Amino acid sequence: MTRVERAAPRRGGKRSGPPEPEFVQLLTPEGERVEHPEYSVDFTDDELRGLYRDLVTVRKLDAEATALQRQGELGIWASLLGQEAAQVGSGRALRPQDMAFPTYREHGVLYCRNIDPIMPLGLFRGVDQGGWDPVANRFNTYTIVIGAQTLHATGYAMGIAKDGKVGDDDETSEAVIAFFGDGATSQGDVNEAFIFGSVYHAPIVFFCQNNQYAISEPLERQTRIPLYQRAAGFGFPGIRVDGNDVLATYAVTRAALDNARHGQGPTLIEAYTYRMGAHTTSDDPTRYRVASEVEAWQAKDPVIRMRLLLEKQGLADEAFFAQVDERAKVEAVALRERVLSMPDPDPATMFDHVYPNGSPLVDAQKKQFQAYHASFEGSH
Amino acid sequence: METLTLGKALNLGLRRAMEDDSKVLIMGEDVGKLGGVFRITDGLQKDFGDERVIDTPLAEAGIVGTAIGLALRGYRPVVEIQFDGFVYPAYDQIVCQVAKLHYRSQGKVKLPMVIRIPFGGGIGAVEHHSESPEAYFAHTAGLKVVACSNPSDAYWMIQQAVASDDPIVFFEPKRRYWEKGEVDTSATLSSAFPLHASRVVRPGTDATVLAYGPMVRTALDAATAAAEDGRNLEVIDLRSLSPLDMAPVYDSVRRTGRAVVVHEAAGNLGMGAELAARISEECFYSLEAPVLRVTGYDIPYPASRVEEEFLPDLDRVLDAVDRSFGW
Repeated sequence: MTRVERAAPRRGGKRSGPPEPEFVQLLTPEGERVEHPEYSVDFTDDELRGLYRDLVTVRKLDAEATALQRQGELGIWASLLGQEAAQVGSGRALRPQDMAFPTYREHGVLYCRNIDPIMPLGLFRGVDQGGWDPVANRFNTYTIVIGAQTLHATGYAMGIAKDGKVGDDDETSEAVIAFFGDGATSQGDVNEAFIFGSVYHAPIVFFCQNNQYAISEPLERQTRIPLYQRAAGFGFPGIRVDGNDVLATYAVTRAALDNARHGQGPTLIEAYTYRMGAHTTSDDPTRYRVASEVEAWQAKDPVIRMRLLLEKQGLADEAFFAQVDERAKVEAVALRERVLSMPDPDPATMFDHVYPNGSPLVDAQKKQFQAYHASFEGSH
Repeated sequence: METLTLGKALNLGLRRAMEDDSKVLIMGEDVGKLGGVFRITDGLQKDFGDERVIDTPLAEAGIVGTAIGLALRGYRPVVEIQFDGFVYPAYDQIVCQVAKLHYRSQGKVKLPMVIRIPFGGGIGAVEHHSESPEAYFAHTAGLKVVACSNPSDAYWMIQQAVASDDPIVFFEPKRRYWEKGEVDTSATLSSAFPLHASRVVRPGTDATVLAYGPMVRTALDAATAAAEDGRNLEVIDLRSLSPLDMAPVYDSVRRTGRAVVVHEAAGNLGMGAELAARISEECFYSLEAPVLRVTGYDIPYPASRVEEEFLPDLDRVLDAVDRSFGW
């Protein structure tokens, strides 16, 4: 799986445009189903329509969050625009018992885990810092330090093995997926996670969404070889998938997760995709990339190709597409209303949950803080 | 009562913690077959297996980061950092993740981890093997920080730290690993002196000397010498550096009117600065002299042939006491 696809660019050598990468693809940008010798999907018509609905809804909710930020209702937003297929494909590939460790952009994975999409918005609005139960939701808190969560994911996977939860039974044996981006592959933590995952043969899938940019820095600032080929040096398989193809992403991720839960160790998946929007709402991508590049990727849109497939195969009509759009809009409106009604926390709660067993220092400061505020009551 | 070295007391304490709870794991470099470079985990892998006493890759961020994941999974990892000066690659994981996951999750997640760090100088080592980084961690909300100074505390405090749901950075005075003391191993953990409490280890009337870890022995030796000069020093072993247990300190300083803080770490923004500030705030009218500090100098830890000049010793403590009385 980790064959060398092409030589690294020669030092100082010129490259004429981005290479067309070799990757697993089951659905072309034109909506054509193609076969792959190793990977396939066996979805029912309903499931295919469901994946389309996921893609549309995730994109719509993301657009709503961007709008909320522009209107001052969120402090910041990290848009997933363009990465819907990578997230829906991998998110739907998880089995219920699997554990996910996201960065701060995995809103689509979160949605596919059937977690309330309001959950991360508290963080971006600034009323909390996550605040959900990672283990109960099988979805860790968003992690902002780049790559740090890959080690937590690896440790969690080591724990699965210790618990004897690696095995042949797909319904009970567990696996972990660690999300990160192309920039994170330069972090020590990610490389250490590869090492620990490898030497302990942990049931983990390292899922890299290569969206081509770490804020402004293009991929060539992080690597001279395709990212999935890094896996070979760590001793486990690496594979690249068309990250804008929800079918291929699902197939590759499901296979890697099942390999992991069956005791075959880690896999690195490079989901080759593109961040269509800004890094976050604070970023201005026009300063570092050209419009023609963005247009080229627009032609590979993950949502449109799925719609084309449904049309070509006669699986959906205009009424269906209209209904999907309408339902996504209803969900977005509901999300908006809930964000607007999200109260600011009582300031004194900032002293809560610093330590499981509490601290006399923090307790004393909370009391002082409350007394200080109480001293103003009635005086203004 | 058993007579144990401090190192052996830690070893027995870890053994007992592992017996008491099957979720307790030990992780670190060379902790398995070798038993750690200081032999603190000696024999544990043999008796508990390599699934529970885990030789890790040589990567401190990886050790602490994977320990976080294991803690999320329900384990209670005890991480060994081989030497004080090697903790920094793990600093991000400790400060940004270990310290903050409970807070970030609004209490939904607990990370019952212990990060053991042999610290301090005096062993004639090369660079990076003699440092005192405790203030970096005590400054970080979300971490608790303790330092043991004698075999009995080592035995009980390590068990208390493992049993605590708080993430704890556990400093061990490496130059005292071979010092012996009495340990009542027949007592129960619940009856042990509280983990986050300071303790008067030598009652006195004339001045209060505050120390922790390796400097407690130095302070006690200074008190013995001072007694020969007719000065009766009270010595307090702080034991917990975060949170600080200040009530016994305030009580003591209000009686003696004088305080001297001793630590190996550099003075600038060290534990002594915090102690001096708090004593000034609470005991201002009782003080006969400013709180004085006896610390390492504000330089990188020097070459070992001159470390005796760098480290606070009995004479420097007595000199500070003299200065306090001369105020």
